[in-house]
Amino acid sequence: MLQSMLRGKGLIWGYAGLIILFLLPLILPRFYIYIVSIILLTGLLATSLNLVLGYGGIFQFHHAVFYGVGAYATALMLTRTGLSPWISFIVGPIVSAALGLIMGMICIRLSKLYFAMLQISLGSLVWIIVYRWYSFTGGDDGIHGIPLPEILSSPNGAYYFTLIITLICFLIMYKIVKSPFGSALQGIRDNPVRSEMIGINVKRHQLLALIIAGFFAGVAGFLFVVVDTTVFPDMLFWTLSLEICIMCLLGGWFSFFGPMLGAAIIIVLRTFVSTFTSYWTLVLGILMMFVIFFLPNGVLGYVEEKLHKGLIEPVIKE
Amino acid sequence: MDFIYTIFPPKVLSQVFVGLSRTTILFIVSSGLSLILGVLRIPNVAHGSLYMIGAFMAFTISKVFGGGDIGFWLALIGAPLGVALVSLIAERGVFQFLYEREHLMLLLLTFAFSLVFGDLVKIVWGAEYKSVPVPQVFQGFVNLFGGLPFPLYNLFLLIVGPIVAVVLWLIVNKTKIGKIARAAAVDREMVGAVGINVSWVFAIVFVIGCLLAGLGGALVAPTVSVTLGMDHTLIIEAFLIVIMGGLGNIWGALLGALIFGLSQSLGILIWSQFGIVFPYAAVIVVLLFRPTGLLKSTW
Repeated sequence: MLQSMLRGKGLIWGYAGLIILFLLPLILPRFYIYIVSIILLTGLLATSLNLVLGYGGIFQFHHAVFYGVGAYATALMLTRTGLSPWISFIVGPIVSAALGLIMGMICIRLSKLYFAMLQISLGSLVWIIVYRWYSFTGGDDGIHGIPLPEILSSPNGAYYFTLIITLICFLIMYKIVKSPFGSALQGIRDNPVRSEMIGINVKRHQLLALIIAGFFAGVAGFLFVVVDTTVFPDMLFWTLSLEICIMCLLGGWFSFFGPMLGAAIIIVLRTFVSTFTSYWTLVLGILMMFVIFFLPNGVLGYVEEKLHKGLIEPVIKE
Repeated sequence: MDFIYTIFPPKVLSQVFVGLSRTTILFIVSSGLSLILGVLRIPNVAHGSLYMIGAFMAFTISKVFGGGDIGFWLALIGAPLGVALVSLIAERGVFQFLYEREHLMLLLLTFAFSLVFGDLVKIVWGAEYKSVPVPQVFQGFVNLFGGLPFPLYNLFLLIVGPIVAVVLWLIVNKTKIGKIARAAAVDREMVGAVGINVSWVFAIVFVIGCLLAGLGGALVAPTVSVTLGMDHTLIIEAFLIVIMGGLGNIWGALLGALIFGLSQSLGILIWSQFGIVFPYAAVIVVLLFRPTGLLKSTW
């Protein structure tokens, strides 16, 4: 698996990273394991956004909706029905993918900023419904103490589960990006008119990309339920969507691993900044301005520029 | 006057007027956003934060002058000017270097600004709820159509809205700076080539747009509790209004604000728990049938 994703030195680093990730629970205290789990699932969320934003060039500005809906669908299945929890884990992503299909079908005719705005509008609708439908979703309290299967209740169980699911999803997403479909998607991003000319059904490809992105965001959502055992309406709020965009930009959205790196940087920073100041968003805002000014291609883009070749294969450079 | 009530029940009529006064605020804020989008092509997410800063500044000014009538009028002038100053610093300090970037970057940059502004407000004013007193002149109710009590302050809002619309229209269409701005919106390089400092024109347009956000904040302050987070919902509403009306079109912003405000206030009558769903549904319906907004956009 790794051999196709990384080359040369990168391969060694990749294996080393994997081994470290699997051994972490032996070294780190419980709190840090929780943070690493959050990093993994947020990285998965950011990477799923990057499928459409970075590779597809679609202005998916309300990605958090799919994350939140996946989490809520799983949580409601777990608390309200007596079905096996493993079924609810599948239901969450499927509901997200279905939502991706519905929202995609409505929005896909519009381009760029109009697409983004219509999507934010639809996403806000979903948020309002979740926020206001007190009897069903718990309103602004959310749902707490979601029951989980025995094996996932321990922090290490949740961690390993998150790690394995994230790795599988990464592999699948990487395959998708490298597949003919992924190439077509990138072609559409760079030149939609020419793509249409050579016989690519632009809208259908974009729609499929939106569904896939929605699905993986839903996976990230149910992983959050597993790790945190709570859901709350802020998971669907538009500010979170823009934070995910920031993660993509910070890590570098022209590389596959960029969003994961961005998510890791932001969550680690948030954890440490929050311990001595409550003004985390101020720090995030200033950091963001510096990134936009000095690192428009993100951290990985910068590393790539400095090294030229090496660690990670650049997807595309504009 | 009773015939009006036979057509519109008093409940509906009073909701219409509530919706219209909400429309005024929405229009003032979103017209500024529309102006910036139309001329500078910046999707300014920080616009909502400037609205919030305007409301907080109005609170401070009104408090300094004893919370009376003088305080209110000074707040109404001072708060927008203060916001304009903040936006001028932001524009000259940061935005002017980034006009050539793609929209996505600009949007994220303005989002970064809104994060910073949000925390700055928390530092300066704290996280508690603030309230601005309604001035003596506008306390009490008037009876519309002989018997419908309506807050005097909301009536004042209904008068301010059209005034702002007309003044803005005059600035954009009849003054030199407005004409230059409209030309720059169409072809920036050409305007620069005839010897006009486009950078400063953009700065002025940006500041005017942000001044409107501050004015909206100062106007809304006596009617709501001024608090952190009042920017988050408003900026989405303003964006939807601008998109619905047509990007950069002032009258489009007015039309969008009308649809938004009225569908919200009337929606509450139909389904009180989910009344807020209706304006969003209206946006979706509009965009499905007119994908680029109701009126002509400048893009």
